[in-house]
Amino acid sequence: MSYEVDARGLSCPQPVLMTLQAIQSAGNDDICIRVDSSTSFENVSRAATGKGWLIANVEQNDGEYRVMIHKGFA
Amino acid sequence: MKHNWFSSTAGVATVGGVIGVLAVLLQHWGNPPNMGICVACFERDIAGGLGLHRAAVVQYLRPEIMGFVLGAFLAALLFKEFRPRGGSSPLVRYVLGVVAMIGALVFLGCPWRVMLRLAGGDGNAIFGFLGLLVGIWIGTLFFKNGYTLGKTSEQHAASGWILPLVMIGLLALRLIFQPVEGQAQSGVLWYSLKGPGAAHAPLYISLIISLIVGFLAQRSRFCTMGALRDVILFRQMHLFSGLIALLAAALIMNLLLGSFKPGFIGQPVAHTQELWNFAGMVVAGLAFALAGGCPGRQLFLSGEGDSDAGLFALGMITGAAISHNFGLASSPDGIGPHGMAAVFIGLLISLSIGFGHLKRS
Repeated sequence: MSYEVDARGLSCPQPVLMTLQAIQSAGNDDICIRVDSSTSFENVSRAATGKGWLIANVEQNDGEYRVMIHKGFA
Repeated sequence: MKHNWFSSTAGVATVGGVIGVLAVLLQHWGNPPNMGICVACFERDIAGGLGLHRAAVVQYLRPEIMGFVLGAFLAALLFKEFRPRGGSSPLVRYVLGVVAMIGALVFLGCPWRVMLRLAGGDGNAIFGFLGLLVGIWIGTLFFKNGYTLGKTSEQHAASGWILPLVMIGLLALRLIFQPVEGQAQSGVLWYSLKGPGAAHAPLYISLIISLIVGFLAQRSRFCTMGALRDVILFRQMHLFSGLIALLAAALIMNLLLGSFKPGFIGQPVAHTQELWNFAGMVVAGLAFALAGGCPGRQLFLSGEGDSDAGLFALGMITGAAISHNFGLASSPDGIGPHGMAAVFIGLLISLSIGFGHLKRS
């Protein structure tokens, strides 16, 4: 199962808040975060890596980003 | 996907440092003391220059505001980040802009000037800084409880061009109706003959520096409110590093230029009423937090095509007119005759907006 966070159209700090909430509840599941600005993309990526998660994949299409993150195992 | 170095922590810290240096240089070249860059003060001066209020000492069409928007606009176009958008509670954002300006003018400065006043040795700004922290902290409580102004949607390209075009129009007015020595009016514009409005760096210097600041701030996402909010909300120091770099660079510049004058009494364009310095910035900090950006960031976002941020900026200009026309704004003598009422009403409006936009669970 994977979580999806749709933060398109939202401005900071909401995409980061939603990402952190998903990280808290996702357990070991992957999370797909959808944002529509490069600022939000940078912010959610920074927040996720700051929590020890890894950016598995980023798809960019027409100004929208789909960021796949999964839990890092140290 | 190209990597944007400016949005890294090193990048935003560098930009903060550059802004700190340029702000003090603007003071050195003619802008008022501890006011090299103050978005609230400069928008207030623009309101005066257009005759929207008639406080004779704060009337000047500050080119810095135009440069901020146009610099960000150029950066956004160049790096393909110009994205016309809007529709996220526009009227609420306009009102938040009005309230933010009213609070800022009780303190006499926006978050940018809080840092520049601290860097110049103005102890009164400590209370403003604490107020800003408390206001933003209240804002984070709303966000934690589901506060949202809703989603923006994509808009026609023309709507993203509106505020940059307004700024080009203002710049044209400033170029057509040049200040005339000893005259308070030149064509349709008003000019201060004394006071902070009469203190300004040469037009081309202000414009070049502010274009650079606008460009760099758009690339780095520099935000003075976000800096404090992210520390409180996420324990994240990324944007905060930019704010600290601004403070450190401005402090060093003031020490080098001999403009560091520590104390409380007789500080430039400042008053010593601690409680109201604090309370004014609580109101402003809360309004900036609820609107998602400091007054500078709102200008940079509007340069990227965010018409909601543009409305916030126009709200601030309206707020300046209300502040001075209604006796809400402070002066170096102390708070205005209705400054206390303005703080209470501003707080009430901001809190109402906060509670009124909690997501229904």
